[in-house]
Amino acid sequence: MRGRRSNSATCLKGGIDTGRASGYSPTAVTSTNTRSDGGEKSPSSSTQHPHNHAPDSTTEATSTLEEAGRLSFRVVRDLFVGLAAYLGEVLLLLWDSVRALRSGIHFGDLIRQMGAIGVDSIPICLLTVGFSGAVLALYTVDTLKQYGAASLVGGIVALSIVKETGPILTGVAIAARAGSAITAEIGSMKVTEQVDALRSMAITPVDYLVVPRLIASLIMLPIVCIWADIAGVVGGAIVAAANGVSYSAYRESMRLLMETDGSDITKGLLKTVAFGAIIALVGCLEGLRTEGGATGVGQSTTRSVVVAIVLIFVADFLLTFLLFNTGLI
Amino acid sequence: MTQQQPQIEAPQSAQLRIDVRDLTYAVDGRDILKEVSVALKPSEILCVMGLSGAGKSTLTRCVAGLAKPTAGQILIDGEDIVPMTEEQLIAVRAKMGVVFQYAALFDSMNVFENIAFGITRGPRREENKRLPRITLIRRVAELLHAVGLPGIEKRLPSELSGGMRRRVGLARALATDPQIVLYDEPTSGLDPVTAASIDHLILSTRERNGVTSIVVSHDMGSIFRIADRVMMLYDGRVQILGTPEEVRQSNDPVVQQFITGDIHGPIQIRR
Repeated sequence: MRGRRSNSATCLKGGIDTGRASGYSPTAVTSTNTRSDGGEKSPSSSTQHPHNHAPDSTTEATSTLEEAGRLSFRVVRDLFVGLAAYLGEVLLLLWDSVRALRSGIHFGDLIRQMGAIGVDSIPICLLTVGFSGAVLALYTVDTLKQYGAASLVGGIVALSIVKETGPILTGVAIAARAGSAITAEIGSMKVTEQVDALRSMAITPVDYLVVPRLIASLIMLPIVCIWADIAGVVGGAIVAAANGVSYSAYRESMRLLMETDGSDITKGLLKTVAFGAIIALVGCLEGLRTEGGATGVGQSTTRSVVVAIVLIFVADFLLTFLLFNTGLI
Repeated sequence: MTQQQPQIEAPQSAQLRIDVRDLTYAVDGRDILKEVSVALKPSEILCVMGLSGAGKSTLTRCVAGLAKPTAGQILIDGEDIVPMTEEQLIAVRAKMGVVFQYAALFDSMNVFENIAFGITRGPRREENKRLPRITLIRRVAELLHAVGLPGIEKRLPSELSGGMRRRVGLARALATDPQIVLYDEPTSGLDPVTAASIDHLILSTRERNGVTSIVVSHDMGSIFRIADRVMMLYDGRVQILGTPEEVRQSNDPVVQQFITGDIHGPIQIRR
């Protein structure tokens, strides 16, 4: 039993960091001794630990902890290495797209993509953000009533919507709806050799497939977000009115709590530009990396949505910090 | 198994349109192509035959710059395309047309848009912008007539049979008047009459434009009808390279078994 555990500990260590592994852990040295003795108890070991039970359990616990620590380290390291490599690929695709702009944009393709990514996503964004505004109002109006400040509900809901809920829900909804469609379409083209056909016709896939989708996303995300913000504020207003807060009080509190220069709104919209880039680039990258037929298309589509949503949340945190907390922008 | 070494004339690069030298292509450590060498003069038609998985399509993909070889050189009009970037390959691909095995038509576009795509969106799009719309319509109609499919401009690829798609793919490849055309099994799955019409089209394209062609095919009748030279790939290597007559009269048992389609012989099919 002890021999088996020792072996696995040594293997794990070797697999993680062979440079540090040699002689890093006293437990591992003991384990190696045990193994080299053919599984018999070593004399030095029995000398040091006359009561075998207690030291054995301590060794076991240390070994288990060590294994768990190494495993966690490996998972976290792989996650960060993978994320860094992935971001590298995304940035390379962005760079290729910027370079491809030199050969111009085909406006027909751009308009088609603006429709598919933006206009067709408006209903889902209006619904999600509209109901989120209503829920926010439900939560806040009850609490504010207890303090006699129910009239402030409009400002609180509007601030939450334009700074956070509107942009993030717009990003997530479009990643799920349009991002997946981008990957599925390009992925299908890839597995049916249509991407190779493009390349054989001296047309780069970045020019034809990535650039229009990227530009369309950059333009349409803020536009859709404006409509979504309006839906959220209106949703909140309806619930507030149902709870006895008049429209004029709702509007007045918005004026009171929000920046007069509209910077709350513009900063929120700025976030959606970044989300648009993430959705288009991740969608296209996953599509272009698709291999292996219909199953491959399905896997790429799922991965595209998951990765885009995770990156949207990461970017949201960083942008919120930059835009609202540091005052740099 | 005797392996007949290909008899390649001393390459005179200036006269050669395609010159493949010691081409090796490996995937996951497995060699798909092993030191394949072949050179084509302008307007020559080379037919490549071999078992499924012998590396025929891979060879055309490498020549089109769609796959990067592991080793070797591919000279197109004297320029080695192997070390080229995608951007540098644009100029080379502008001289080429590729007919894919399953046509690879753009399924979001109708037949007209598919065929006109290379003209309106390819590297010569700026000069082609000045073309009157009617010229484009006539050009597409001519190409469709040439492949025996007049009047289907408005149909979507999903509304076409496999054979029709293949022929539209052929029309699309010829739309930009390429100097080199790579055909990946252009007649497989077609009825004999349509297959013969495709053969005729390959020959007439050569006569009209002096196109150099590599035709990957299993169709022995078609191969011996159109080829100037025939190359057989077996296990990633060149088994034989010669004129159709030389290939037909070869004593190589592998070649003979492939031509006759005999199940008994040195070629073992993995079951």
